[in-house]
Amino acid sequence: MNVAICEYGAGNVRSVELAFRRLGAERVDDVRGADLAVLPGVGSARAAMEGLRASGHDEALRERFAAGRPILGICLGLQLALEETEEDGGVAGLGLLPGRAVRLRGGRIPRIGWAEVDGRGAFYFAHSYAAETPCATAWSEGIVAEVRDGAFLGCQFHPEKSGPAGSRYLEALCLSRV
Amino acid sequence: MPLPRLIPCLDVAGGRVVKGVRFQGLRDVGDPVELGAAYSDAGADELVFLDVKATLDGRRTLVELVRRIAERLAIPFTVGGGVRGVGDAEELLAAGADKVAVNSAALERPELLTELAERLGSQAVVVAIDAEGGLVRSRAGTAPTGREAVAWAREAESRGAGEVLLTSIDADGTRNGYDLSLTGAVAGAVDVPVIASGGAGGARHVADALEVAQAALLASILHEDPERLVSLRAELRDLGVAVRWS
Repeated sequence: MNVAICEYGAGNVRSVELAFRRLGAERVDDVRGADLAVLPGVGSARAAMEGLRASGHDEALRERFAAGRPILGICLGLQLALEETEEDGGVAGLGLLPGRAVRLRGGRIPRIGWAEVDGRGAFYFAHSYAAETPCATAWSEGIVAEVRDGAFLGCQFHPEKSGPAGSRYLEALCLSRV
Repeated sequence: MPLPRLIPCLDVAGGRVVKGVRFQGLRDVGDPVELGAAYSDAGADELVFLDVKATLDGRRTLVELVRRIAERLAIPFTVGGGVRGVGDAEELLAAGADKVAVNSAALERPELLTELAERLGSQAVVVAIDAEGGLVRSRAGTAPTGREAVAWAREAESRGAGEVLLTSIDADGTRNGYDLSLTGAVAGAVDVPVIASGGAGGARHVADALEVAQAALLASILHEDPERLVSLRAELRDLGVAVRWS
């Protein structure tokens, strides 16, 4: 299978690419046509949305979603798929999924480290905001860890940084999408 | 709260991993690419790479080496040493780092932390603090700043740092235990996670550090035998510390 990774100045693109390459996937540039499009996310919401618009990936992702073609959003990539986020004084998202990203409350913030996801093992998180959405499909310590809606799968954790558990997660995704 | 983290640290000089005692008498302990891969395979929760000579040599971090290490990792990777601007940080992230650590440059120009956080997000910005007698030293421990470590940690947090990597120069490399009073004081003063560094000699020391900090940096006790990380994890669980079971 082939994977397009959105480059928009706010992603750990190389880490994501290395993780998929280890699984035998080929990286391609065509966000519209790839078997899977990945929206990575490390950064702040406003700069990221500006980058998505400037690169044209925002439209490409909306088209993919409407056509039912698979998209994986990671961390900020999940949050940007929602209608809006509280970050940076409020930023409109892509609106693929209902819901919004809100600032975490309680505990040390950013929430950084490995945490259990619904009995599936521990995955690596690094975030200050989290989704509030009816599309949640997994939780970690009461925080939305995964969302699914149609062709969109989002994970708040970083599977590309979660060792063998993360690798298995991505492998299962690849197998389900080919 | 996420699980307490065990973080091997590669202090790199001249392309090799080095380790000294109280930042002095650095000796060669191995190849950074091989050691990094060994730690990733042994179940490290993260890896830290510090180019300890970059600032002193007036150059930037060894980006190509960072790239080669990242190639072998499936865990989070923090890189520091010689980061002076947003451009340096972006270059490291593009090479495969997930977070950047800043030390001397942030002491000289604290706004750097805000610039990095606005661009990369706070979760990718680590302030590294080297302290001796509770006071901050810069330039790989060679220059006194007169700042109190607790006050600087608090200021760095307010300016955008998302994590504090606190190294006690007094404890570094001694294997006599972490500086628990300083680590506890800093952890009590900030709301971001704190990584304790300097002094690990055995599981009990690490367990004590994880009582007050969210993560423990490990160097001297691991470099001769990276597999020690596996037994250390088991010893910590026996001591009742809920480290990740990888």
